[in-house]
Amino acid sequence: MSTTELPQLTRKDFSSDQEVRWCPGCGDYAVLATVQSTLADIGARPESTVFVSGIGCSSRFPYYMNTYGMHTIHGRAPAVATGLSVSRPDLDVWVVTGDGDALSIGGNHLLHALRRNVNLTILLFNNEIYGLTKGQYSPTSPLGSVHKSTPMGSIDRPLNPVSLALGAEATFVARSIDSDRKHLSEVLAAAHAHRGASFVEIYQNCVVFNDDAFAAVTGKDTKQQNQIRLRQGEPVVFGPEGERAVVAGEDGSMRIVPTAEAGDRVVVHDATREDPTTAFALARLAPSPTGPTPIGIFRAVEGPVYDDLAREQVARAKAAAPADLRALLEGGNIWNVG
Amino acid sequence: MSATTTPSTSTGEPHRPVELHDAVIRFAGDSGDGMQLTGDRFTTEAGLAGNDLVTFPDYPAEIRAPAGTQAGVSSFQLHFSDHDIHTAGDAPDVLVAMNPAALLKHIGALKPGGTVIVNVDEFDERALQKAGAMTNPLEDGSLVDFRVQEVGLTSLTLRTLEAEIADGDMTRKEAERCKNMLALGLVSWMFSRPMDATEEWLREKFAKRPVLAEANVKVLRSGRNYGETTEAFAFTYEVPAAQLPPGRYRTISGNQALAYGLVAAAQRAGLPLFAGAYPITPASDILHELAKLKHFDVTTFQAEDEIAAIASAIGAAFGGSLAVTASSGPGIALKTEAIGLAAIYELPLVVVDVQRGGPSTGLPTKTEQSDLLQAVVGRNGEAPVPVVAVKSPGDAFDAAIEACRIALTYRTPVMLLSDGYTANSAEPWRIPDVDGLPDLSTAFAFATERNDADRFLPYLRDPGTLARPWAVPGTPGLEHRLGGLEKAPDTGAISYDGANHHAQTVLRHERITRIGAQLPPLDVDDPTGDADVLVVGWGSTDGPIRAAVHTLRGNGRRVAHVQLTHLAPIHPDLEEVMRRHRVVICPENNMGQLALLLRARTLIDVKAYDRVTGAPFLSSELVDVIERLGGDALEGER
Ligand code: SF4
Repeated sequence: MSTTELPQLTRKDFSSDQEVRWCPGCGDYAVLATVQSTLADIGARPESTVFVSGIGCSSRFPYYMNTYGMHTIHGRAPAVATGLSVSRPDLDVWVVTGDGDALSIGGNHLLHALRRNVNLTILLFNNEIYGLTKGQYSPTSPLGSVHKSTPMGSIDRPLNPVSLALGAEATFVARSIDSDRKHLSEVLAAAHAHRGASFVEIYQNCVVFNDDAFAAVTGKDTKQQNQIRLRQGEPVVFGPEGERAVVAGEDGSMRIVPTAEAGDRVVVHDATREDPTTAFALARLAPSPTGPTPIGIFRAVEGPVYDDLAREQVARAKAAAPADLRALLEGGNIWNVG
Repeated sequence: MSATTTPSTSTGEPHRPVELHDAVIRFAGDSGDGMQLTGDRFTTEAGLAGNDLVTFPDYPAEIRAPAGTQAGVSSFQLHFSDHDIHTAGDAPDVLVAMNPAALLKHIGALKPGGTVIVNVDEFDERALQKAGAMTNPLEDGSLVDFRVQEVGLTSLTLRTLEAEIADGDMTRKEAERCKNMLALGLVSWMFSRPMDATEEWLREKFAKRPVLAEANVKVLRSGRNYGETTEAFAFTYEVPAAQLPPGRYRTISGNQALAYGLVAAAQRAGLPLFAGAYPITPASDILHELAKLKHFDVTTFQAEDEIAAIASAIGAAFGGSLAVTASSGPGIALKTEAIGLAAIYELPLVVVDVQRGGPSTGLPTKTEQSDLLQAVVGRNGEAPVPVVAVKSPGDAFDAAIEACRIALTYRTPVMLLSDGYTANSAEPWRIPDVDGLPDLSTAFAFATERNDADRFLPYLRDPGTLARPWAVPGTPGLEHRLGGLEKAPDTGAISYDGANHHAQTVLRHERITRIGAQLPPLDVDDPTGDADVLVVGWGSTDGPIRAAVHTLRGNGRRVAHVQLTHLAPIHPDLEEVMRRHRVVICPENNMGQLALLLRARTLIDVKAYDRVTGAPFLSSELVDVIERLGGDALEGER
């Protein structure tokens, strides 16, 4: 490590020379800009940052970053990133994926990267649609979604990405919104600072095939009604005047009641709670983002990091025995001829 | 079993060993009888005695196949000799049958006049029924052609351990399980083998339960004493040491040698080794071996599936590790898309395929060579990938290093084909001089500086190898993005231009073709230099083909042999060599896959011989095949 001060970088230092080719108005533009400026703000270095993506609109992301990058194959980005992260502790490895990429074809890899707690920052751009293949319903599309492959409405029950991540006992789970630059930036900085697997679901508007899917939480007139901002150590209340509150029912599930009636039953948010039960109950408040929906960091706990454990084993083995190739080849029963 | 001295039948010295040139012994029993272990130990004893040897373990796919049935029989064959041998032997001279099922399943293979040692304790009516025997083979006269030795292996074992059972040191069941050591002791005596190494090994293996270790040693000795004191065995035998090339030797299995080769390559390249794998028969032992070698800077990652296994390896390759993934046919099918990705990324990667019977799950524990076309052409799009094959257990070490050399020099995924037979069988291996191994550190250098005025061009190629720079993350100024989309030249930027796609496709082929052009000359085995018949094989058929060709030459036939290590690109000398011969014969354990490639590429009418019964070729079988297909062309005079 050099001791000389490195120059403060700007958003431009993280922008590649490639022309950005998402549809005009796509939510991906806003996320790209926020990621680039956040990286500059947190003092990341382009040479030690790697973006790994799968396939889909959002997976073009690495091409636009002036960092190292891998645009891989459909669904496999978490697995590629795992190999890179485990073998290179000095790197910041980010995964950019979408709802089809991460939850359908790549569901297995996401699950295992989270439960292993690999040191990755995983950004899931959820637009509830397949954009690149021109508009089929995705694993997060609401039941009954009418799209090209579902003219009579989809009949699969959607996944809630935050519930899934919590179910896999991910150590950092958050949700943010493409257009909310400030919130997204805060969440990204926290996700990046977390050691282990950080999972961030980003509601991302697909203007072409699924416009306004998140209008309830992003619309000018509706967002104040519907965004439940999770703030560490604070009571979970929302609405323009804080007039609604989240309380825990006797069965452990959460309900929304008028704040006036809630009294001291209002849930106080604690993302650092070891047990993911409360975080999960919060996630289940809004199975789909069509009404009041929690935004922010659901869970942020410390846990053993896969990369560290893997490297610790190698270090321990190295300390215990020299890398003596001759001794290896001559192991076992030996005899001489001639 | 070929004798060098005629056995004397005088009773003066009943147990003076008869000297043999070679012998084939097969241990057969229930899956739970420890036959693989018994065979392994006898192999080590033969190795320590300086014999050349080849083994053939054969076991059922089920971990606990129904006990006592023929389906549940596990066997281990060992061919050991005082001269250079290439196969596990066609027919055993000695068969050890632990139960009726083992006897019925394997007696057909025994040489006429051969010895069969049967555990007579297991021949009750129930066992006979389970084995599917109508009558008791020990009584119905079906064994008249053989020398039958009825030994109460179970009862002798229990009697040996009477005290231990009575004292409560071990259960009757545990005691009974030692009976394979009785068989080993008896056979060791029969072939005049010292057992010290086995005793030492037992004490090490059961270090945590010394009672078990001593019980096994006791039973082992009891087997030897039984042979020595009973008059049942007329002869003992001795197979003197073979005249192997001078050097230090050990026995090694294909999977072990392959793992060692990967580690050696990484060490010689000065790189960490990353192995991503998902458990699959018969490749898992490569992962197991590598997991024990972390002190060589080896990271093993047992992935969630086959795709994640190769994907993680690709990630590690981008990060600057020597990356490998090992699997078998069904797993390779799953990895196919990712191999294509590594091909367009142009990153070094070794993909090991330990082939087994297919299609689909097929025959997991049986050998086959049927993934050749999958390796050579089995990908979407034009995605040429070099393919290297393993010829024998010991050769797996060299083949692994060669695969790594190609991967590192040319920045490409390389398929390394082994098979179930090579993976599990063992042979004496002359331990190579570490300093003489190829220096792979010269095969590549990480890029450290920009290669264009003010930018880095990740696809600017070396004019000789056409390899692109390997620039690993962490290097300032060389930030670049790889992707599966078609690339523009030099910059690697996305390009959808049709003419460029054609040019890049041609270039990717040229890249791989050049590997062939830079190989040393093809090794052709033709001692007289005037053969008109050429046998072309690849992979593990090397042993049986060499043995067959040797026999034929002894009979005055003229026949040449080429065993291909490089299957893609095929060695550029091969076509010319084929044209020099009137008849080209290609025996394979598949339905003619190499023959198809050779015909397509040379328009020479290769004569194929194919068999896929899950077992390697017999040399006698190939002698017949070459005689039949070679015909007049084998004659001494033109
Ligand atoms: S299809 Fe939708 S998600 Fe894809 S780039 Fe266009 S707007 Fe964005």
